[in-house]
Amino acid sequence: MSLFFIVALPFFGALLPGLMNSAGRSATAGVTFAVSLAAFIGLLSNLPTVLAGEVVLARVDWMPLLGLNFSLMLDGLGFFFALLILGIGLLIIAYARHYLSRDDNMGQFFTYLLLFQGAMVGIVLSDNILLLLVFWELTSLSSFLLIGYWKHLPEGRQGARMALTVTGVGGLAMIGGMLILGQIAGSYDLSVILQNRDLIQADALYVPALVLILLGCFTKSAQFPFHFWLPHAMAAPTPVSAYLHSATMVKAGIFLMARMWPVLSGTPEWFMIVTATGLVTMVLGAVIALFKHDLKALLAFSTVSHLGLITMLLGTGTAFGAMAAVFHILNHATFKAALFMSAGIIDHETHTRDIRRLGGLRKLMPITFAIATIAALSMAGIPLLNGFLSKEMMLEEANQTVLFASPWLVPALATFGSLFSAAYCFRLIGHVFLGPVRDDYPAKPHDPGVGLWLPPALLVVLVVMIGVAPFLAEPFVKLVTASVLGDAADVPTAYFKIWHGLVPALFMSIIAILGGLLMVAFFNPALRQWDAMPRPEAKVIFEAIVETAARAAQRLILPLHNGAFSRYAAIGMIVIVAAGYHAWITGTVAAPTRTMQPAGPVAIAGWLMLVAATAGMVLMHRNRLLSLILIGIVGLMVSVGFVFFSAPDLAMTQFTVEVVTIILLLLALNFLPNKTPIESSVLRRVRDTGIAVIGGLATFGLAYHYMLRDAVSTPISAFHLANSYKGGGGTNVVNVILVDFRGFDTYGEIIVLGIAAVLIYALTETLLSGPVRARLLNRKPDQARAGDQHPMMMVVLTRVIMPVVLMVGFYIFLRGHNEPGGGFIAGLIVSIAVVMQYMASGFGWASARLTYPYHGVIGAGVLIAGLTGIGSWFVGKPFLTSDFTYLRIPPFYKFEVATAALFDLGVFLAVVGAVMLSLESFSRLARRAHVPESLHPMDIDPSRDDPLPNALGTVREGV
Amino acid sequence: MELLVASAIGILTSGGGYLVLRLRTFPVILGISLLTYAVNVFLFASGRLTTGAPPILRDGVTTYSDPLPQALVLTAIVISFGMTAVVVMIGLGAFLGSDDDHVDDQPDSENDQPEGTP
Repeated sequence: MSLFFIVALPFFGALLPGLMNSAGRSATAGVTFAVSLAAFIGLLSNLPTVLAGEVVLARVDWMPLLGLNFSLMLDGLGFFFALLILGIGLLIIAYARHYLSRDDNMGQFFTYLLLFQGAMVGIVLSDNILLLLVFWELTSLSSFLLIGYWKHLPEGRQGARMALTVTGVGGLAMIGGMLILGQIAGSYDLSVILQNRDLIQADALYVPALVLILLGCFTKSAQFPFHFWLPHAMAAPTPVSAYLHSATMVKAGIFLMARMWPVLSGTPEWFMIVTATGLVTMVLGAVIALFKHDLKALLAFSTVSHLGLITMLLGTGTAFGAMAAVFHILNHATFKAALFMSAGIIDHETHTRDIRRLGGLRKLMPITFAIATIAALSMAGIPLLNGFLSKEMMLEEANQTVLFASPWLVPALATFGSLFSAAYCFRLIGHVFLGPVRDDYPAKPHDPGVGLWLPPALLVVLVVMIGVAPFLAEPFVKLVTASVLGDAADVPTAYFKIWHGLVPALFMSIIAILGGLLMVAFFNPALRQWDAMPRPEAKVIFEAIVETAARAAQRLILPLHNGAFSRYAAIGMIVIVAAGYHAWITGTVAAPTRTMQPAGPVAIAGWLMLVAATAGMVLMHRNRLLSLILIGIVGLMVSVGFVFFSAPDLAMTQFTVEVVTIILLLLALNFLPNKTPIESSVLRRVRDTGIAVIGGLATFGLAYHYMLRDAVSTPISAFHLANSYKGGGGTNVVNVILVDFRGFDTYGEIIVLGIAAVLIYALTETLLSGPVRARLLNRKPDQARAGDQHPMMMVVLTRVIMPVVLMVGFYIFLRGHNEPGGGFIAGLIVSIAVVMQYMASGFGWASARLTYPYHGVIGAGVLIAGLTGIGSWFVGKPFLTSDFTYLRIPPFYKFEVATAALFDLGVFLAVVGAVMLSLESFSRLARRAHVPESLHPMDIDPSRDDPLPNALGTVREGV
Repeated sequence: MELLVASAIGILTSGGGYLVLRLRTFPVILGISLLTYAVNVFLFASGRLTTGAPPILRDGVTTYSDPLPQALVLTAIVISFGMTAVVVMIGLGAFLGSDDDHVDDQPDSENDQPEGTP
């Protein structure tokens, strides 16, 4: 099966459990199992190739310019990890089916689990380090969801947050490291990077890259001093702990160290950092684990310790160390997953995980006892079990390792760690299963159903099998080791066997086991010592750090981002001006190439009006109605300016938009206070004036500067002018650009306009369905209303004008392609015609005559425009290609028919709908409770006999 | 002529900038409108100023004003109407909901005192 499928299956399969949720728990677990099994079989189908020593590749270029390619690679190492992830995943899914209770949302759980599984498989199969980073972050996110799966538990939420913070920060560091690495190697493809060992290690940036990548690995694999998140993540359901925290996620860091081993290892920096960290983690984890009373916490710290062991082995940089590491990864995954699942069984059956409340379970839960004991003994390093073999190799390797120029430091510490490791294993067996049967268990313990014990039992079978017959695992481990080592070293020839003779490692093992037994025998005095010792509490420290960071961030952000819009606006303007100033002083200023055109008296008069209106607005903005009138003058002057400077289309648009904007603002002013009170201090006004004047001067300078100079390179407008008629069939180049050259832009713009209008409608609906409604209905207008709100003159006049305006709109629309005009302008003109009816005859009257809702008009417009665009697909042209021809229908003159006109019709409808929907929404707010809605166009109508305003009988007469 | 247009852009920007820094929604909206004019004219002027040469193709005419900025500004004008309408609606909704048309978070507006009156 293609590697793409193996990675994609869990992701796509993640949709299924949620869908199957209502079909029952077995069905949900069943589809999850099936998805995993399919991926597992897909993986196995590649086994022959991998066994032949070949690398399976699959590659799709994703963003080649960034060096980000979706390339996957399956070699021995990737296969080994994928096997662990998918194989143990299958067991976990079966186990979780029986572990989760009826109250748990199983679909959600399995969705998260499959997402995680996909991300993990993605990490181990990535051939591109950027792609690997994407999957890396995905595991952080999905593990966050899994750890916090029991959302009702505060520990679950805190543990999930802590895990995400620590692994997330590490992930960030790793992004930096990977980018540096990619820069050094000149490629982000692993296969290239792995070939460039000498180049990378000689680079000055090798050490920063190494430290950053190791930060990512250490946080993920819970190495000291980042180990603290792992025990807190134990608040997760046990299947999660068994999966993530024994076999998969915490091994991701180890995996990456192994993956990068050929290029990064072997230097003194690598050796010092990795070996020392691993050693400290191993000893510390083992010591803390011994004194934990929570079964899962004990296992968590033992995991930390074993991860430290593997890290140390990778750190030594020798081929034998790498082989021991690979072997221990395999062994640890088997016995630790079995132990976690046993802990889950004990928790499930006795309702406690506190070792002090357990004991004597040997007789009550014989199957669990057998499974847990074998797994624990393997972890302790007892011969004939797999843990013994890899631990022996570790001690052997430690014996050869010289750290800080002292030949005994590493062996002594390794023995010390192993001693504690053996001790907590013996404590686990002794204090949980051995001893007298108690009568105060929180629940009556008994062995669980086969669904719970079979998955760990299968793993224990492996534990024993490898332990008794190590030669079975040897070829596979050596194959994986070969792909870890790459070209950097040869696979060691040492054989896996139980008896190596009287080597130092054997004596170290014996010391560790005997010492461990002694520790358990003297556990109670040791525990008293331990409890009396002051120890730093990681959670408190972590929270203090987070608190400090949050406070520091607040100190920076709050002054900048205090919820005051004025402040953002001021900061924004200052920054823009500063950036412009920087560009100005660093750039070169060429001499003017254009001469200034003379300005006639009319131009100066227009300018004076614009300046006066703007100044008036600023000075008198507290009178809101007046400033509205003044802004009308500004808009008018801008329109006139457009006419003057040969932009008739712009002038028409600006003019019509001006009308609807003023109407809109008037409608809003109906509700808002009429005056703006004086609030800001003089100082503040001076400051604002300063900012505004500087901003104005800057824009003036920029505009003046470039209007006197020609464009640096040839403008593309010449193309439009040349092709407008030939290609677009229109002489109005602006319109042809809108509906043809840049039709896609316009299409997007009418959609935006429609969205804005629908948004306004939605906001109105929300307001009218909330508490605001009552206030609106009962508000008292701040001014006396006109006695005759719909004067007859106006009603009659607008009614007469209506067809004329519609005709003008139609005319403007039709001529748009060749003369100034087009859909936008026609739409605005028609909107104004309709708005006039609303204004003159009243909302009620106008709405009653509305046949199509305005949303529909917007939708129709967008659809027509879109379908016009799609139409060009049928003739094999790209979206929105326009075509035109000339028709002659006697007795008319020859005229042009262009598909662009159809597109323009869509624009027209969208504009009409959007403008009308916005204005209509505003006016709906204006309706009041105690004023009856008049359905008549006029308040006073001589032809109406019935004086009652609500009489419907004669309504039509006024029309 | 260039001086007039450039200074008009500068003055519109100044006025708009000052009004945007006010504390109530209505002047801020007017300020944004002024800034919109300034930006539109500025974009339009990037095609340089030409009089008497509209971009309508005619036989025998070879000089036209730059049509591209015009087309871009045309849609910008329409879109800015939509944007103004949305902003006005948001401001109006905020005022109707809380009887307060301040644009800034008022630090002590937790109590029910109406802030709309000076």
